[in-house]
Amino acid sequence: MALDTDTVKRIARLARIHVDDGDLPALADELNNILGWVEQLDEVDTDGVEPMTSAVEMVQRLRTDAVTDGDVRDKVLANAPAEADGFFVVPKVIE
Amino acid sequence: MAALTDLSIAEAGEGLDNGDFTARELTDAYLAAMEAARDLNAFVEETPERARAMADASDARRTKGEAAGPLDGIPLAVKDLFCTEGALSTASSRILEGFRPTYESTVTANLWEAGAVLLGKTSMDEFAMGSANITSCYGPVLNPWKATGGDAAGKDLVPGGSSGGSAAAVAARVAAGATGTDTGGSIRQPGAFCGIVGLKPTYGRCSRWGMIAFASSLDQAGPLTHTVKDAALMLAGMAGFDPKDSTSVDLPVPDYAAALTGDIRDLRVGVPAEYRMEGTPPEIEALWEQGVAWLRDAGAEIVDISLPHTKYALPAYYIVAPAEASSNLARYDGMRYGLRVEGEDLTDTYERTRAEGFGHEVQRRVLIGTYVLSAGYYDAYYLKAQRVRTRIADDFKTAWESCDVILTPTTPSAAFALGEKQDDPIAMYLNDIFTVPASMAGLPAISVPAGLSGDGLPLGLHLIGPAFGEETLLRAAGVLETAAGFDARP
Repeated sequence: MALDTDTVKRIARLARIHVDDGDLPALADELNNILGWVEQLDEVDTDGVEPMTSAVEMVQRLRTDAVTDGDVRDKVLANAPAEADGFFVVPKVIE
Repeated sequence: MAALTDLSIAEAGEGLDNGDFTARELTDAYLAAMEAARDLNAFVEETPERARAMADASDARRTKGEAAGPLDGIPLAVKDLFCTEGALSTASSRILEGFRPTYESTVTANLWEAGAVLLGKTSMDEFAMGSANITSCYGPVLNPWKATGGDAAGKDLVPGGSSGGSAAAVAARVAAGATGTDTGGSIRQPGAFCGIVGLKPTYGRCSRWGMIAFASSLDQAGPLTHTVKDAALMLAGMAGFDPKDSTSVDLPVPDYAAALTGDIRDLRVGVPAEYRMEGTPPEIEALWEQGVAWLRDAGAEIVDISLPHTKYALPAYYIVAPAEASSNLARYDGMRYGLRVEGEDLTDTYERTRAEGFGHEVQRRVLIGTYVLSAGYYDAYYLKAQRVRTRIADDFKTAWESCDVILTPTTPSAAFALGEKQDDPIAMYLNDIFTVPASMAGLPAISVPAGLSGDGLPLGLHLIGPAFGEETLLRAAGVLETAAGFDARP
């Protein structure tokens, strides 16, 4: 399943990473190298094997549905690239 | 008396308790060493003022007879992946440039509770993605060791990665110990490259809360130290149940140092046939044989075992880890923290922020991860890799029927020169070939410095234990350490 440049462009869009068109062929080669190498996994018989979902067997814990860290607005905003009046400032989303 | 920075954590703790020196004196000695070793580029931020204040507080506790335990007053370095309140925490990525958390990770909070002193934050491969500490946005970290012969003689060497700054700092005696994180070998491999001990605990043993996430089903914090006993002391200070991490395990933290009895006559040591890989240098094989002999001579029973899916662990890892990374790193959108690069519209702003904020290796892994999780490929890649992961974990479960710990080499080579393997991702990935299987199975594992290569560089031996078998693992590692008697210095 070799990736062509159109597919790489589509993946980059999904990943929200800007890639210049001129860089797509080299990137496709790099990704294909890695994907070609992982294809050796096809040699492993995994029929009837459950995919691993947890590295250590454990029961999922649930916590009480309650606010645990509220009232920290200024802390939340402390590292914002742009903020005003207690809000994050973001680019215009709706035209 | 030897220099204060030559002491192990255990020895320094004794000296503090005996009143031979103060935590302030110890900290000042390390701060001076840190300044003198700046050419290693191991630190992304030094925190001398905080260190002195913490040391003074430690001395005050000790004077009142209220010392918190063996780590009280011990100066440590912390990997740039742990969020430390008010101190730079960037995962060595441009996208988190200038990020100063308003909260403290659980692991570091536990260490400060135990009285430890923060010297500074150490550089790492960007988002912990790398094995040479060359992808840090702050530039490469240098290994304090130099080769005495061979192709790398006289050249600058990599410290390994991703916890390369932490490993270099400890090896250069700029910190008594350091925290690292290990996703596929990022504590153990730099530990081996720098001639120190590196311990990755069982997944779930240390809280991941406040650790900048790479691959959440694999990431685990652990110590880098000079001795196995120090690793035991530091782990006891880092570990513990944390309700804020849903994968943290609610088990008591044992007295790990007490497990170092030096007696392994009841242990069965597994030697896996599949770790004899084509292309492994003879000196690595020879050291492994020597390690087997040391443990046999100490009274352990040596058992040949098989872990049939070993060779598939690394390719499976390079699906699972990028997949989780692509999901975890989606949060870096330039809106709430970190870098923002304005674009033509919102999407363009996201895309330009991430293109400028993430380095090349991180972008490559996010793209691979996005692809293997995308519609139509999820089953063929991601689910397949997770099924292979089950196979790998089952291999270990079978092995534990006939052995108690497993001995392997840590790495397929000694530290290499800066610039090598840079253009070939797969050659770089192969550094972790011996460490990744335990990561995939969530098992604890430790690298112990065991000898020097022909070129005079440190080599490590690697022990793997069953889940939450840290005490047995440390006991075996302690015996290995004594037998190896590694006392070479960079």
